[in-house]
Amino acid sequence: MTVTVPIVKFDQVEKRYGDGPLILDRISFEAQRGDFISLIGPSGCGKSTILKLISGLNPISGGHATVESITPENAAEELAFVFQEPTLLPWLTVQRNVEVPLKIRGVESSRRAEVARKSLDLVGLAGREEAYPRQLSGGQKMRVSIARALSLSPKILLLDEPFGALDEMTRDHLNEELLAIRDRKAWTAFFVTHSVAESVFLSNRIFVLSANPGRIHREVRVDLPYPRTEETRQSSAYQKLVAEVTLLLRSVEGPRT
Amino acid sequence: MSKKTLTYILPVLTGIAFFGAWYAVRALLGEDGKFLLPTPDEILVAFREYGDQLWAAMLNTTKGAVIGFSFAVVVSFIFALVLSLTPMVRASLYPYLMILQMTPIIVLAPILILWVGPGLVSVTVITFLICFFPLTVNTTQGLISTDRNLVDLFTMCKATKAQEILMLRIPAALPYFFTGLRIAATLAPIGAIVGDFYAGNSAGGQGGLGFLTIVFSSQFKNAALFATAAASCGLGFLFAGIGIGLAWSSLHKWHDSYAKSDS
Repeated sequence: MTVTVPIVKFDQVEKRYGDGPLILDRISFEAQRGDFISLIGPSGCGKSTILKLISGLNPISGGHATVESITPENAAEELAFVFQEPTLLPWLTVQRNVEVPLKIRGVESSRRAEVARKSLDLVGLAGREEAYPRQLSGGQKMRVSIARALSLSPKILLLDEPFGALDEMTRDHLNEELLAIRDRKAWTAFFVTHSVAESVFLSNRIFVLSANPGRIHREVRVDLPYPRTEETRQSSAYQKLVAEVTLLLRSVEGPRT
Repeated sequence: MSKKTLTYILPVLTGIAFFGAWYAVRALLGEDGKFLLPTPDEILVAFREYGDQLWAAMLNTTKGAVIGFSFAVVVSFIFALVLSLTPMVRASLYPYLMILQMTPIIVLAPILILWVGPGLVSVTVITFLICFFPLTVNTTQGLISTDRNLVDLFTMCKATKAQEILMLRIPAALPYFFTGLRIAATLAPIGAIVGDFYAGNSAGGQGGLGFLTIVFSSQFKNAALFATAAASCGLGFLFAGIGIGLAWSSLHKWHDSYAKSDS
């Protein structure tokens, strides 16, 4: 029997800010290489906080967390974060925005330009290198943000509800593209979302969280084959899973008032 | 008539009405009017008559304003960087900055002249003081208002503090800095004229517009006084225009408030 080392491991992890209430309560999971894990749950369940803990941006308050077998703070080079907003530097062109993380790491400029062009090509923005963020649509800005994250060739991609502000058509489209890129780059993804459909479409594992304090209520395995396409969305297996996760989500949200 | 043509025509109509009223009041004043309210054509004559003096005064005032303004831009920027470091630094320095701002410059001017002597130096210092506050406050605000997520991005990339300041905080603060710069640009000639009003009769007797105001009013040359006011006003527009121009040229490519809405 082969023992696989999990790429991210949380063991009884707790989080509170200062003397505040417990935000996350005994979160335990093991993420394997290539997992696409969606985190879904009512607002305030701490799903974005889990991403912050994996990224090392915030320290854990209790328990044990490792990324690539070391502490999250020391594993920053393996990670890239895609924020809820595109979070671009508006004074830089698209190309220069994608280059920012590389520039910080001291990569020389010709190499930076090359990596940025490839990244932009990957997200379908070839030809827009010299545009400024304000000249782009919401969907395009998000693509730039993803291209920037990919420029670091991360092993783990953390996405905090990246498509929440986009219309459904654009969102569906970007979901398919994200999976297509993942086929080629094979990173492990943690994806926070409010959309059950999105989580089922993208992931092989879904963590349904409950709030106050945040706990992993249930894990749902999504055994739909990749690559997933529009046909996947039409399949009864997919729709059954959507219904199942929706019910789970309702049960943790409690009755609506 | 379209709204657009109206916006062009209305100010012209207001101008015509204004000048009409000016001549009408002058006519009503009778004999006194010649002294109390010179007409625009009399002011133009005064411009021609005292042209050399006015021109020299404008150059002097401009010199003081430009030097004081430039110093204020540089010093306030460094000061703002220091203020942006921690809330502690801000807490310890802000009250005193406020005190400086709340004291009217016109009261400070004579004291400053006592300290540094009359002439260009005191004009420069007074201009500096009047420009310093809006520049410092706006730039500091800009430096501490950086998008939280962008700061996180830099932290995750293990950026050094210097990289964070140079690549992120300073460029992000530019729109705020230029707001301060535009305010300071309109204040600079005012500061120089105030300074000059007290300290203009400097070495060589070459005063600026403030000094000329004193000269003309003591000689009851009211048309010339109006011409001086017009020249000061023109200088104000020039400085404001330069401020707006500088802001536009650095921001129009990326900042919405300066960019055309089309592209």
